[in-house]
Amino acid sequence: MSSHNTATIQKEYTVFPFGPQHPVLPEPIQLRFTLDEEKIVDVVPQLGYVHRGIERAAELNDYKRNIYLCERVCGICNYIHGMTYCRVIEDLTDTEVPERAKYLRIIWQEMGRLQSHLLWLGLFADAIGFESLFMQIWRDREIILTLNEKTNGHRIHLSTNAIGGARKDIDASLAKEYRKDLELVREKIKVLEPVFYKDKSFRQLTEGKGILPKNQANFMGAVGPTIRGSGIPQDMRTLDPTCKALDFKPVVYESCDSYARTLVRFDEVFQSIELINKALDQMPDGPILNKNEKFPEGTTIVRTEQPRGELIYYVEGNGTNKLSRVKIRTPTGANIPSLVSMLIGHELPDIPVIVHSIDPCISCTERYVQVKKEAS
Amino acid sequence: MKLMTKARLKSPWVLHFDTGSCNGCDIEILAALTPKFDAERFGIVNIGDPKQADILLITGPANHRNKTVLKNLYDQMPEPKLVMAIGECACSGAIFHNCPNTLGGVDKVVPVDVYVPGCAARPEQIVDGVVLALQKLAEKSEQLEKKEKKGE
Repeated sequence: MSSHNTATIQKEYTVFPFGPQHPVLPEPIQLRFTLDEEKIVDVVPQLGYVHRGIERAAELNDYKRNIYLCERVCGICNYIHGMTYCRVIEDLTDTEVPERAKYLRIIWQEMGRLQSHLLWLGLFADAIGFESLFMQIWRDREIILTLNEKTNGHRIHLSTNAIGGARKDIDASLAKEYRKDLELVREKIKVLEPVFYKDKSFRQLTEGKGILPKNQANFMGAVGPTIRGSGIPQDMRTLDPTCKALDFKPVVYESCDSYARTLVRFDEVFQSIELINKALDQMPDGPILNKNEKFPEGTTIVRTEQPRGELIYYVEGNGTNKLSRVKIRTPTGANIPSLVSMLIGHELPDIPVIVHSIDPCISCTERYVQVKKEAS
Repeated sequence: MKLMTKARLKSPWVLHFDTGSCNGCDIEILAALTPKFDAERFGIVNIGDPKQADILLITGPANHRNKTVLKNLYDQMPEPKLVMAIGECACSGAIFHNCPNTLGGVDKVVPVDVYVPGCAARPEQIVDGVVLALQKLAEKSEQLEKKEKKGE
């Protein structure tokens, strides 16, 4: 600060880098905090530590091989990434998806959400010092991963996506196991309800932290549980006719803080289990895959709801087996401006709670890279 | 086996760093620490501080931005240290081998001792890899002790 004002005492700010390697998040992101004593004055997010250049690689591959690549944009919500890519290509090649495959997609999409929300609830508990709660939730999450393994042989990457439907079917015996195991998960998570709704220290740590008012959430373009915790019922699943047939209604909380965002996710765990059960009941018999050998041509956008919010895929096809452009917009990228506005004005020890409350997935977000010349 | 080596093998502390993985391996590393797989029965503790760590777990293909961070973390760890590449993309780049911003395998940046393949690597494999790495840690630790003795 070069300008010297004699009337006011010059304030000294500290710049504090948070990351890229830190114990709170398993992923590298750097947040540069400008602090006035303990109070946060300014935040500048620094990205690029996990940038790989997937969008460019998707242009180099054959369009069918991209399903595999798109599932690796993010390992936590891998099924939804692959599914959204498949839906884009189906749009461009006019492929009709069989009715049964649509229901299968809902089931696996909700399984991904369940897995992700339980993962987040555990990590959040760990971030605010509830270590046994973290262990308990992650133990219950293993039931879901075992179900994934029973479905297609892998715990994390389900890989049942195919352009024009699904690659695997859920038969009667597997459906029975799904129902049984999900009931088990529901019972086990229900036991934890008092911790999230009533526990005094949990509420003290989260209530009033990271406030994002309704109009601010709208203005900043927040998505997913972040905007639903601010009282706006925005959910891309309401655009899906199959989801509508299952009486889907978004979970909304009005208190606009970290506590509301936690409760949105906690309630969505039960909602997802309910949706899977309904889909298993109403799933019609029939084929699951409709093949189409046409090459994609034209441009289109598909929006789906990831565990963290709205996911947009924009694809430009040129009538050959390679695509001319693949653009992915992920929810955490959209939530970062809201995160910055939430952090300002809070104190240093509140950082883990607020950063976690938007459920950041950096691997998804790394779509842009900042090129800087290294100082010699 | 000397006392220090014995103590080291009883409780290897691991440091985890993500160099651009899809999160699949990262959540499996965390899953390995939770009750079902319980890596803590081998004394494995996940720690955020490189100065306290014995084994560095790396997931993901390195890129141009994080290679300096990775090198820094490696240099900050005390001897004897081990590096494990977790997952297919840390081993060789795998699905990201033709991505414009990746280097293809972390062994281009730091020397790797144990490779754990799999996309994503299963928790059993990760725990197995750490236990395998302990043999190598014993060798390194003994070498270090001999060197220190000569120095005296």
